[in-house]
Amino acid sequence: MTQRAVPPVSEVAAPFWDATRERTLVLQWCTRCEQPVHYPREACPRCLGTSFEWWPASGAATVHAVSVQHRPGPGRDAADGPYAVALVDLPEGVRMMTNVVGCAPGAVAVGMAVRVAWEPLPDGRHLPVFAPEP
Amino acid sequence: MSDGRTLRGAAAVVGVADAASPTGILDAHGRALEAAMVRQALDDAGLTLADVDGVCYAGMATGLAEFLGIHPTFVDGTTVGGSSFEVHVEHAAAAIAAGLCDVVVGVYAATPRGDRARRDGQAQRRPPFPGPNPMLEWEMPYGLAMPMGAYALAASRHMAVYGTTPEQLAQIAVSTRAWASRNPRARYRDPITVDDVLASPMQASPLHLLDCCLVTDGAGAFVLTSAERARDLRKPPVLVLGAATCGDHQMISQMPDLTTTAGARSGPAAFAMAGVKPGDVDLLMGYDSFTITALLHLEDLGFCAKGEGGPFAADGKLGPGGALPMNTNGGGLSYTHPGMYGMFLIVEAVRQLRGECGDRQLDDPHIAVAHGSGGVLSTMGTLVLGTDATR
Repeated sequence: MTQRAVPPVSEVAAPFWDATRERTLVLQWCTRCEQPVHYPREACPRCLGTSFEWWPASGAATVHAVSVQHRPGPGRDAADGPYAVALVDLPEGVRMMTNVVGCAPGAVAVGMAVRVAWEPLPDGRHLPVFAPEP
Repeated sequence: MSDGRTLRGAAAVVGVADAASPTGILDAHGRALEAAMVRQALDDAGLTLADVDGVCYAGMATGLAEFLGIHPTFVDGTTVGGSSFEVHVEHAAAAIAAGLCDVVVGVYAATPRGDRARRDGQAQRRPPFPGPNPMLEWEMPYGLAMPMGAYALAASRHMAVYGTTPEQLAQIAVSTRAWASRNPRARYRDPITVDDVLASPMQASPLHLLDCCLVTDGAGAFVLTSAERARDLRKPPVLVLGAATCGDHQMISQMPDLTTTAGARSGPAAFAMAGVKPGDVDLLMGYDSFTITALLHLEDLGFCAKGEGGPFAADGKLGPGGALPMNTNGGGLSYTHPGMYGMFLIVEAVRQLRGECGDRQLDDPHIAVAHGSGGVLSTMGTLVLGTDATR
């Protein structure tokens, strides 16, 4: 296994990454719009508000689009073999990029129900990935 | 915006130049190549550097101006990826119409292949976007191959929602190659079949190698001036009839709808300004970084309904002799693609409207559309160009 590109921690997203240490997926919510914001940012893209709270997500998601990488992208090499990169929709109302693991990459399909899983990062954080619902 | 037609016919492209090689490699690079393109485009127009008072450059435009000895009253350094040049023409036409400047030159040169040889084979590592880069935090850890993986996600969604097939996407590469076979400077000229595309190595599913653009050296330039001044210059003017830009994201994970680009706004806006409909278009130069890119343009510009791009392209109507000639130079898929390909859309559109395209020349075209896509389907720039007869 090659080492993934380790995500930096932006100042605004520290609560997101801190929660991953406990394998918890949290989302940034604008207190004015009462809507989630992803990726986390310094001002709400709807109202430019700067007051946020962080709430756990359900962990459920649906595959919105998927591409199996046959030619390895950043942080990967050919020895890893093909892997699935997906955009998943969370019922809370946000979309995020992820990997779908726990099944053959070619078996990942648009519309598939998935649930958050965790891959350890070297610094104690975890990277949220998703796996098919059992 | 006022009545949306204020720019129609105010400015004209009066000079163009481009450089590409069947080897994919150019000897010249950097400022020398840019200077050669500017010189050729000015010669094409019958103008000189002394006439130029505006500069467009997808980067630090003042550095280029200093190098060329231009003291510009109009500077546009808009950098939105491959569609930067369509946006430059839009801005330059507006500046000319507003009296900010008289003659604007825009130039682009990139030599990824030659550069690699000059660096002893070492690939250059550059961040994909300047400035704060949320991509590092929210996308890069997942290993999406860039940029092809982003387009693959759009193709995945289009297939799931509309039933678009790999064969339909492949036909776009096949039709484009058929045009390239008529362009002596194209990187690849041998005809290909749908089966060839499907048999080429999978890169990022559902995109195969032959669904993806080239990586070549290339360069180009344009010269723009007022329609009035254009009448007295060396070549027939090509009028800017319509121009519009729209962007809706930078990272693919932030694209509002993976199956509809911001071209669904820029396209109709540019067409409305020009007073033309898709059926009036004789040539579509539609940015083809990947086959899916071109397919989305067909839908978003209104050449067919949303979701029908696959069947629309599948009968070969985009190739030689077809009802909607697209990318007659061989496109980014088979002619050249140095990284930001939009300059070549403009150059080919102008040459076709002037009747300068030799074996691939269309029969008396009057309206051409140059539609650029920048980033990862992020920022669309649409130009409607016309011959003097459309004035």
